[in-house]
This record gives sequence, structure tokens and C-alpha cells, in this order.
Amino acid sequence: MDIELILKVYPYFLEAAVVTIELSVLTVLLGLICGALAAAARMSRFRLLRIIGAVYVSVFRGTPALIQLFLLYFGGPQIGIQLDAFEAGVIGLGLNIGAYMAETMRGAIVSVDGGQTEAARTLGLSRTQAFRKVTLPQAMRLMIRPLGVNINAQIKGTALVAAISVVELTYTAQRYIGSTYKPFEMFFLAGVLYILIITVTGKGISYLDRKVRLP
Amino acid sequence: MGLDFTVVPAYLDTILIGVLWTIAITVCAALLSFFGGILFAVIALYAPWFLRLPVRLFAWLFMGTPLLLQLFLIYFGLVELGIDLPAFVAGVIGLGLHFAVYNSELIQTAILAVDNGQMEAARTLGCSRAQALRKVVIPQAVRDVIPPIGNNMIALLKDSALVSVIGVSELTLSSQLAIGRTYRPFEFYAVAAVFYYVVNLGMEAVMRRIERKTSLSR
Amino acid sequence: MTEAHKFVDIRHAQKAYGDLEVLKDISLTVDRGEIVAIIGPSGSGKSTLLRAINDLDSLTGGEVWLDGVQINKDLPYRQYEKHINAMRQQVGMVFQHFNLFPHLSVRDNVTMAPKLLKGLSDKEADKLAEEQLNHVGMLERIDYYPSQLSGGQKQRVAIARALAMQPKLMLFDEATSALDPELVEEVNLVMKRLAEEHMTMIIVTHEMDFAASVCDRVIFMDKGVVVEQGPPSVVFQNPTEERTKEFLRKHLAQHHAQNAAEAAALTAAQTNEGAK
Repeated sequence: MDIELILKVYPYFLEAAVVTIELSVLTVLLGLICGALAAAARMSRFRLLRIIGAVYVSVFRGTPALIQLFLLYFGGPQIGIQLDAFEAGVIGLGLNIGAYMAETMRGAIVSVDGGQTEAARTLGLSRTQAFRKVTLPQAMRLMIRPLGVNINAQIKGTALVAAISVVELTYTAQRYIGSTYKPFEMFFLAGVLYILIITVTGKGISYLDRKVRLP
Repeated sequence: MGLDFTVVPAYLDTILIGVLWTIAITVCAALLSFFGGILFAVIALYAPWFLRLPVRLFAWLFMGTPLLLQLFLIYFGLVELGIDLPAFVAGVIGLGLHFAVYNSELIQTAILAVDNGQMEAARTLGCSRAQALRKVVIPQAVRDVIPPIGNNMIALLKDSALVSVIGVSELTLSSQLAIGRTYRPFEFYAVAAVFYYVVNLGMEAVMRRIERKTSLSR
Repeated sequence: MTEAHKFVDIRHAQKAYGDLEVLKDISLTVDRGEIVAIIGPSGSGKSTLLRAINDLDSLTGGEVWLDGVQINKDLPYRQYEKHINAMRQQVGMVFQHFNLFPHLSVRDNVTMAPKLLKGLSDKEADKLAEEQLNHVGMLERIDYYPSQLSGGQKQRVAIARALAMQPKLMLFDEATSALDPELVEEVNLVMKRLAEEHMTMIIVTHEMDFAASVCDRVIFMDKGVVVEQGPPSVVFQNPTEERTKEFLRKHLAQHHAQNAAEAAALTAAQTNEGAK
């Protein structure tokens, strides 16, 4: 292993890691919003909303994220959507992870025992009140771990924007592999940073999960 | 510049060949990931430390890094080691190893979840530990993980789009070829998306069938 | 009689988990063709002793011999594995929770080991499976999966699976304890038939009636030792040891209570039925 080279290039990798973190945070936030909306739509009383939610989830989960990204970034201008690579990356990947998160959220809500709603309704709560006061608080606790899995996948998923030349970790690693012919060193350097980001995030999620867990 | 899908039919054969390559790489990588996953799981659980540790380290690295980065490593790493493989083979290895690691995690959990009485019953019949694993424990573990492994294989189909970046001319890359000639990215990526979606639906149907078939023996 | 070995010979068996002694220096012999019941309260060590016979639980001291060969020989790991696998082929075992292989059909449950370990062809193995399943009255379920069988049927298949290896000795570890009361009899019948065929059997059981009617000898164990043993008529009717008497008294009381409860439940059900 060429330590000298690693010491020489690591500052560039650190800079790139910051971009990866930015992308992760923004796509996850957008994903949570889209996911919550889509989950709500899928469980709505209105048929049209249910259909819209289902189509969104099915299409975005049924096709490659890379194609979605290309469609938005390269195809966008044809339908009047002009985005730079970073913006396209955030919106494309955010919409993509949102579809997965919608399923996670819906799964958690559905898995709350139906008797809970019944009990709340017999007390006189409305459907919405029962959902807000009884079902949702329980579902939120259940969804932290599986959402953590989605987030873990999304941190690695941000690498896709390398294909539209956003200078993040994978793009940087690829460029230095090309210029130094040291694939193992560059993989190691980028890999350590990815694992660091993922581990810290994972710890944060476990902490949150422990904190809200019911006794 | 509006949309004009009339340019698509002229490139339909290019796209269909791309679809076939996408299916081919998905099937090959899925097989590698399935059997590789069983092998990794058995090593991680039962092999002596000098096998177990490298496999665990490898799994840790591959679970913590993006597939795209791994593909670059394998593609350029093989060249660096003087191994000249066709892009297709490098793609199969990259995708296959990546998903083997994920399958292995599932299979390990499932092996540990098989009731200890199963091992005991096989051992009282005179089976060795290896025979009991092969004939009794692993088949049950594999049966239990068919649904989640099926999900992994569907994810594999979609992730196969990534091997376009190392030059495997599957659906994504053949779409890019057509785009290079026509400058119509939206149309061709949309068509590619439709094909991915259809293959995806087909795989989901196959998985449901397999699940139904194996649900009897539990 | 020449200097013949005992068929099953347990010498000074000891088993301890840390400070907890489960078996305290037990010596026992069983003759060929003999049917022995081991009874005793839970935690008495009777299951541990049974499982030690084919080394599912290894003894911490003492020896187990079968037909002149030591089962728990002190050998290097690889050789020991070979040896114990060969020995276990001669000892059939039936578990409380059946442990049928859920991924295999009834047929394959029976044929798997003979095919793998004795090299039987598919045809030979099929014939064997049909014979053995016929023997336990399960032939018509040969292509079912375990999940489609009742508990009693599962246990009969488990017995057929063990018998298909043509064992010299059969071990039954509370074979009917997990069964609903109405399913116990079908399994008992199969075991009785085996007894009539002079299969050597060691049976750990809670069922005193069954032990009394089928077994040549009853062994009462408590706290890791053999307290008393003898023909069922003696152990059940005239036990000499105080601990045996107490165990039988408690057991009988429990048995009566259970019967009474069942009868009461039945009456209640009938009354309900009538009320409707």
C-alpha cells in the first residue's frame, strides 16, 4: 500500500466526503418528505390519491435510480427542467429514496395493532384523532430502525451522482484511480470515509431508537 | 426542444439487445450471489479463523461502500493485477460479490434460526456435522430466506444499470449509444425505464411463484 | 453363559454443568431385547442420561458401551466424529418435539439418512420407506409434508425415520409429552408393537400406565441418581424407597386432578351444548 500517495491525496477525499454528507442529508430530508406524503396518499380515503401514491412508489422502486437520475439531468431540459448536476442529484435521488421510505412508513403504520384504533374510537376519538394520538406515535417508534436501513442505503446511493460528474467521494476515487493507477489505495481511502459516515449515522439512529423505545 | 418518440423505433433492436444483456448479467450475477452467499455464510459461521476473518473483513468493506465504487475497484483492480477480463465478466463479478455479501447476512441469520433439534435429529441418525448442514440445516435456511433474497435479486436487476459505467453494453449503455446519435436523452431513458419496469414486474411474478411453491414445506 | 458383555452398559456416568451435578455416578445395564422405562420428576437427569447414550450430551465422566463397543471413546476430534456417526447409526432416537425435517416430504424424511449414509439407491430407499411407514400406519401419507400432519402422525413418522436405519437400540425421549391427549394412544400402539418385536428400547416417559404395561423394568431417577429399579409391578405397587413413593403419590394426585378437570370441562361443554 502506497502510504505516501494516500497522505498526499487525502485532503481531496475529505473535501469530497463533505459533498457526500451534504448529498446524504439533503436526499434523506427530501426522501422523508416525499415518503410521508406518499404513505399518506396510499392510505388516503380518496381513490385518486391512493392511485397517485401507488404509481409513484411502484415506478420509482421499479426502475433503476441511475435511469431516474439520467432522465432528470439529461432529459429534463427537453421538458423545461434545467438543473445543475448537484440539484439533479438531490432531487432525483430524494424522489427515489422517498418511494422506499413510503413503503417503510406504511409498513410501520399497518403493523400497529388494529385493536389500538378500535380502542381509541370506542373512547370517542375521531379517525384522524385516533391516528394522530394512538397509531402514529407507535408507528414512529417502529419505523426508526427500518428507516435507518433506508438511510444507510442512501448514503451509499449518493455515489450514483458520480455518473453525472458531481465531485463527491466516488467520483474523486474514480478520478484518482484513473490518474494514479492505484485502485486499491483509492478504494481504501474512499471506503474508510464511507464506512465512517455510515457508522456514525448508524450510531445516531440506534441512539434515537433506544431513546424513544417504550419500556 | 419537445419530445419526439418517433426516433425510438429505429433503435429498437439496439435496445432489445441491451435488454437481453441486462437479463443475462442479472441472471449470472444472481447465481453467483446466491451460491457465493451460501459459501460466505458457511465460512463466516463455521470455518477456522484464517478463512473466517478475511471473509468477515470483505463483507464489512462491501456492506459499507457503494456498489459503484466497488465496480471501479474490481474493473481497475483486475487490470492492475494484470488480469484482463471482458467488461461483462467484471460486471458479473462485481454485482455478484456485492449481493453475495448481502445474501450471506440473510443466510447466516436464517441458519442460526433453524431449530437446534434439526441438527440433533440429523446427528442421531448418524450424519456428520457437514452432512447435517448440507442436507438439513442449509436447505431450510435457504427456504426461509427466499423472499428476502428475491428482493435482493430484484434490487440486483436495477443495480445492473451501474455496470454501464465500466462499459458493459447492457440496456443503459445501449440507450446511451442511441442518445449519442440522436441527442434525445429523455425519450431513450424513458423507454429504458419502461423495459426495466417490465422486467422488474416479471421477476416479481417469478418470485411470488417460487414463494408459493416453497410455502408448503414449512 | 460365557464372559458375555452387557448389551447397553453405562459405567459411572457423570455429568456436570459447572457446579451443578446432573448425573452423579450412574451405572446401569440393559439386556438385548429388554424394554426399560426411566421415570422421575423433571430435572432428575433422566433426559440427560438418555441423550448421553448417543452422546448428544457428552458425559463429563464415565463410559457408555453398546454391544461391546464404547460409544464415548476418547479419540482425536476427526476420528471421534467418524466413530460417533457410525455408532449413532445403530441407535435410533425419538424426540419430544419430533424434529422432523420440515423441508422434506414424509418419504424423504425417512430415506434421507439411508441414502446418504448407507448408499441405498432411490428404489431401495423407496421400498424401505414404504415398509417402515406401513409399519407405523403412515403409508398413505408418504407424500405429505410434516406441516400437514397431526402431532401423533409426526411422531409415527419420526419413529419410522429412526427405524429405517435399522438400529440395534431405540431411545425415546418423552415421545408423547408434546401430544394432545387423544393423539397419545396411536404413538403408544406403535411403541407397543416395537416392544412385541423385541426391539431394545429405553423410554423416558411420564406415562406410568404405559410403562407398567409395556416395560420389563422401571428405573426411578431423582436428583441425578438411580433411586430404585425393578419390574413395574414392584416399583409401582411396592416401592421400597421413600422418594419413589412420594413421587408416585404426587404423580397420581396430579393425574387424578387432570382427569377431574377434563371431566369437568367435558360436562361444562355438554351443558353448554344442551343450553343451546
